[in-house]
Amino acid sequence: MKKYIILSIMLVTLAWGCNDEAFLDKSPTNILLDNQIWNDPSLVLSVVADLYDRVPEYQTLQGWWDFSSFDEGFASNGGDYWRHKNQDYGYGEWSNWDYGLIREVNLFIERCGTADKLDASTKARFLAEGRFIRANIYFELVKRMGGVPIITESMIYDFSGDPSYLRKPRNKEVEVYDFIIKELDEIKTDLPNDANTKSRASQGLVLAMKSRVCLYAASIAKYGATTPTVSLPGGEVGIPAGLAAGYYQKALTAAEELINGGKYSLYKKKENLSENFANLFIDKSNPEAIFVKDFKLKSGKVEGWTLVNQPWSQAEDLEGGRLNPSLNLVQSFEKLDNTYDTYQTNQANGDYIYFNNPKDMFAGRDARLEGTVMVPGSFYKGKQLDIWAGFLLADGTVINGDNFGTRKTLPGKSAPEYVVGWDGPIDGLEFSAQSGFYVRKYMDLAVGSGQRGVNSEVWWIRYRLGEIYLNAAEAAFELGDKTKAAGYMNTIRERAGLVIPLTAADITFDRIVHERKVELAFEGHELWDMKRWRLAHVIWNGVSTPLTNDPGKATEVSTRVFGMWPYKYYNPGGANDGKYIFKKIIPSQVTNAHRFRLGNYYSEINSTIRNNNPLIVRNPNQE
Amino acid sequence: MKLRLIIALGVIGSFLASCQKDNFDEPGSKLEGKLVYKGEAINVSYNDVTFQLWEPGWQKKGEINVAVDQDGSYSALLFDANYKLVIPSNQGPFRSATNAETKSDTILVNLNGSKTMDIEVIPYYMIRTPQFTVAGREVTGTFKAEKIITDANAKNIERVNLYVNKTQFVDFRSNVASAELDGASVTEGTTVTLKATVPTLTPTQNYVFARIGLKIAGVEDMIFSPVVKVNL
Repeated sequence: MKKYIILSIMLVTLAWGCNDEAFLDKSPTNILLDNQIWNDPSLVLSVVADLYDRVPEYQTLQGWWDFSSFDEGFASNGGDYWRHKNQDYGYGEWSNWDYGLIREVNLFIERCGTADKLDASTKARFLAEGRFIRANIYFELVKRMGGVPIITESMIYDFSGDPSYLRKPRNKEVEVYDFIIKELDEIKTDLPNDANTKSRASQGLVLAMKSRVCLYAASIAKYGATTPTVSLPGGEVGIPAGLAAGYYQKALTAAEELINGGKYSLYKKKENLSENFANLFIDKSNPEAIFVKDFKLKSGKVEGWTLVNQPWSQAEDLEGGRLNPSLNLVQSFEKLDNTYDTYQTNQANGDYIYFNNPKDMFAGRDARLEGTVMVPGSFYKGKQLDIWAGFLLADGTVINGDNFGTRKTLPGKSAPEYVVGWDGPIDGLEFSAQSGFYVRKYMDLAVGSGQRGVNSEVWWIRYRLGEIYLNAAEAAFELGDKTKAAGYMNTIRERAGLVIPLTAADITFDRIVHERKVELAFEGHELWDMKRWRLAHVIWNGVSTPLTNDPGKATEVSTRVFGMWPYKYYNPGGANDGKYIFKKIIPSQVTNAHRFRLGNYYSEINSTIRNNNPLIVRNPNQE
Repeated sequence: MKLRLIIALGVIGSFLASCQKDNFDEPGSKLEGKLVYKGEAINVSYNDVTFQLWEPGWQKKGEINVAVDQDGSYSALLFDANYKLVIPSNQGPFRSATNAETKSDTILVNLNGSKTMDIEVIPYYMIRTPQFTVAGREVTGTFKAEKIITDANAKNIERVNLYVNKTQFVDFRSNVASAELDGASVTEGTTVTLKATVPTLTPTQNYVFARIGLKIAGVEDMIFSPVVKVNL
């Protein structure tokens, strides 16, 4: 009997509990609800910060390996040698189809639009930032995939069992570019016109991005004509050639508005021009940076570029030296008289050229060389690099070691001594300077930046005024105004110590291509530039050609990365004893030539996507 | 103890037996043949030319890509079914021939057991009478280019190359010596001569493989002559 009483009391309690709405309807304690977020600008800022962070990017500080996929750098890391061994780029490479992210941004925009607790200007700025992020994502998509479906509202499934009404076909490539340009134009006035707003959208950034977007569209329209098979009949890939001039004009106008606006200026703080160029990327009080991805020590948001690329001889941890700039890039830097030249290692009679200091080899070149690359004999964090591959004896034999700082006894001596530098280069030894060079761009000078537990807070510059000058120069050149193009080029070149101005007659397509290559190396431009100029399949054609003798020519094949190693000359009593000689080499890990096929111009939309939405047409040349 | 062993063996045995039950049979029918023009094989570079087989009737669509070998041959192990064979546009140094049955470039393949089937295509050019001679370490290749497509779809020659390699894979990627001649200096029907000097090979071998390649303007894939072994 007692059992039944207890049971009935329990039943009544349970039923009573169910009736009480407050008992079961509790707000969660681990997530924030919409109405909570849209009450507080600082919470909205965290949401928008998360969205900024998730915009896809290729080749950044946080992925050094991507810089070694082409011809800018060699990957001195055991797990990345395959990059120099495979032939073809996969059709799926660089692809992106993140409509989940686009949906989240669309939801952000929709909810921001209906939020009523924010004041009008704050709300307008958040709304503009949401649309900027969406435009930015579409730019990343159109660069990779060509035309994609433009979705500007969050799509909701009605659970009817047939989701086919949510299928949208691909827009034309030109429509996506126009969409981005339209969005940028519309949001501009809602954003702050403040050069110190660098990690969020600003009016300067809108202009900068517009100049880049228009330039891409223009060059695809113009140079797409050289690859007629890279197109689709529906216009999902390819832009009509007739639109080129219009886009070039827009690119020029946007770039000039930014340049003449005077809010930003080129970074000129150090007397030593190489040091100045290197500092441009690590100094955060920087009038040139327009849009950055920022990092902060001890906050959990740090980057390891310095850790993974620091010279081995002064590494603060047990790694470094991964990205080695290629000789292909190093020889592209001009001489101060505006001429191109390869490096001469031998005299006319076949004998080597002897240098007292290995750095002499690189003297008299564009100051950006040593601002971008650490060459043998240069300094980092106050200490000299130790890059030399061994001793060359007078009879031509080489004495070297197979580990950093190996010691051996030289002929005629009794005590062992170092026969190879603490930075290598040693062929096949990871972290050594296997091309003979280390990268300098973005390398932090702060103590501890090479330690795994500390890392670096150097930021990643996505847009800077230097690029805008080059955008303006290219657009002006394509519009036929070579005088103007020369003017913008000279502004950039003067900072690099190339003080002899180029005249209008000097400005050619090759010059434009070359200037971007040296100014913007390791900044994530190479792939997109080569794609939009339709040069990628020309310069990465899969043929194992020797290193070009004409680094200023845009169409020169550059399928393999080369290096150049200094050796110490050992000839006791001889005039050249102790001097340095150089040898051009190809690292033994470089076994195959890069080949960019026509089908690589637009990444593959994989069969899962195409099966889920049969309206999506395939990109050209990929079967 | 013994009982436990027997049980264990029984369990393992049933696992092994179930493998056979659960799995599909592997595809057993071989479709093979060559890409041909009037019965003559079309030689291409390896891994570059592919065609597609589609099997209609499934919910999801996905093609089977079949790669064409250097000598124009192909082979695929397939399940018995009715396939549609398509050579995608812009694929290979040729145009698809119109199939009499489907009145389009689609070829119906009814596979029921292994089958040999040559695929007829129309190349832009054919390399005729390729011949290779050797003097010292210099390989000389001669040939005549014949223009096959002469109507509105005709295309020019971009360049011709002689490729020499130490292995049987011979093309623009894989060669130890090559020679190039601009398309403008090649006239159809007249003999073209290309010369390339073979460098010292390690390990030493007294033979090389050579062939002629022809690049058609605006077409990604090259057409080649058959690979020939040449004694040095």
